[in-house]
Amino acid sequence: MSTSAARAWQETAFDLDAGWQLHPQVSVRPERFGALLYHFGTRRLSFLKTRALLTVVSSLSSQPSARAACQAAGLAESDLPAYSRALATLAAGRMICPRKD
Amino acid sequence: MPESATELLDPPAAEELAAAEELAAAEVATLPAADVLADDLLVEEISIDGMCGVY
Amino acid sequence: MTAAAPSLVQEFRHGLAAPICLTWELTYACNLSCVHCLSSSGRRDPRELSTQECKRVIDELERMQVFYVNIGGGEPTVRADFGELLDYATAHHVGVKFSTNGVKITPEIAARLAASDYVDVQISLDGATAEVNDAVRGPGSYATALRAMQHLADAGFAGFKISVVMTRHNVDQLDAFRAIADRFGAQLRITRLRPSGRGADVWDELHPTAAQQRQLYDWLVARGESVLTGDSFFHLAGFGEGLPGLNMCGAGRVVCLIDPVGDVYACPFAIHDAFLAGNVRAPGGFARVWRSSELFTSLRTEQSGGACASCSAYDACQGGCMAAKFFTGLPLDGPDPECVRGFGEQALAASAGEVPRPSGDHSHRGRRPVPVRIGPRPAAGARPAAGARPAVGAPDGAGTAGRAGVPDRACDQSPLAGFRPDLPPVPR
Repeated sequence: MSTSAARAWQETAFDLDAGWQLHPQVSVRPERFGALLYHFGTRRLSFLKTRALLTVVSSLSSQPSARAACQAAGLAESDLPAYSRALATLAAGRMICPRKD
Repeated sequence: MPESATELLDPPAAEELAAAEELAAAEVATLPAADVLADDLLVEEISIDGMCGVY
Repeated sequence: MTAAAPSLVQEFRHGLAAPICLTWELTYACNLSCVHCLSSSGRRDPRELSTQECKRVIDELERMQVFYVNIGGGEPTVRADFGELLDYATAHHVGVKFSTNGVKITPEIAARLAASDYVDVQISLDGATAEVNDAVRGPGSYATALRAMQHLADAGFAGFKISVVMTRHNVDQLDAFRAIADRFGAQLRITRLRPSGRGADVWDELHPTAAQQRQLYDWLVARGESVLTGDSFFHLAGFGEGLPGLNMCGAGRVVCLIDPVGDVYACPFAIHDAFLAGNVRAPGGFARVWRSSELFTSLRTEQSGGACASCSAYDACQGGCMAAKFFTGLPLDGPDPECVRGFGEQALAASAGEVPRPSGDHSHRGRRPVPVRIGPRPAAGARPAAGARPAVGAPDGAGTAGRAGVPDRACDQSPLAGFRPDLPPVPR
């Protein structure tokens, strides 16, 4: 699959309008340039490379949707594709999971 | 960097590629999550083993 | 449009809020005397952190959100409070992987470990055959290790680690190591020998030859997908593609060492005053040392390539391993002794040949020349210092040569001298 199609898949696959939350076994540690996420179950370690992404991820469970979390973090519409991809990556690694509201 | 590979190709090949990409996008639901690229502009996964200074 | 974030490695070089991987040597006591021991272990140090002090360290690690520690030593399981500390760590959100020679991994212990969610085990093995292994780790150590692996496998502990230090004598056994790992459902991990601790004494004979380094690199590239390396071969990046990992020295930046007496060093391969950042018993504890010690601050400052800066491989290899350079007497701003371009060999040939000695030596007596001493007589009943101890290794727990009840030379005055809580008495 070409890279742009892979990206398109990630964007469609991640539901920005659903409610999300951090996986309960994930620990978040802010860093100067972003944050470190460690999943105690899978032992995966992920780096969030911006503070904005940290804000989004930390606020997921208190926002009605991922899109709302992005907007509350001050992101522009044009930022959403990149952030959606990032959230999809985290979801695939089970760092974040859908909220069963 | 071109937005997509189709910008580089002449029309018939570009059409074919676009069609293939559409098809690939339409098949998204069946792909297992593990195929998602773990590397990203904003997220990077690293191995807890991949740090020198540990025996 | 989102700007591209700076490379992760760039950010890591400047240090992190807390270590990602922290090595914690729990004790200098060990039932073995491996010839290349990086911590020169063997005898317990009388100043080792108490159970309470260890728990306070764990509390700090929890507060700092250190997710994961590598516990080693010496042989960490010889501490009577080992199980208690393991439980305390995992109850306080600190995951543990501990390194062991397997001496205490009974079926019961293996079952308990298999049932524990946040504990990983790493068995040390330096030969795929007893002949190769025991030459480095001592008679019986191969059997001990494999027995421990069997117990872990039987207990259903999938994916424990087998850790191998690569030497001149085991490079040809890479496939055989993998076969052992497969046999027990374990994962193979190989790491680099450094001239640290007792390693300095055997470095010349044991470190892989230049040709073997190439052989190792090629094997990792071709067959090493599921093999862990702890990023310890980043100096081989000069051959071509870097291997998986951060490909950088993590000392004082993403890793460090806490030693049995609470000293904090930049890295477990650099146990020397030159790399001592502080002590956890000082005010501010570990957190203050990590965040603001002079040593770590200087390590986190951008360093120029020095003599290596003009080499085309420098971007990949970053000048190699600080500890390897230090303990072979090479300058830190020059090539690694095992530089793949041969610049390290050249530098060694040109150097004066003086090398720093490790700051401490907890080796079992008899491994080092015994100096003549004029001083207090040893306690009544103690055996006189003898040259009759085995020079290499020691049998496993069942027959550790005569240390129980014999006062440590270094601590004749201490009431705990020679205290070995768990070792059985020596059969005569």
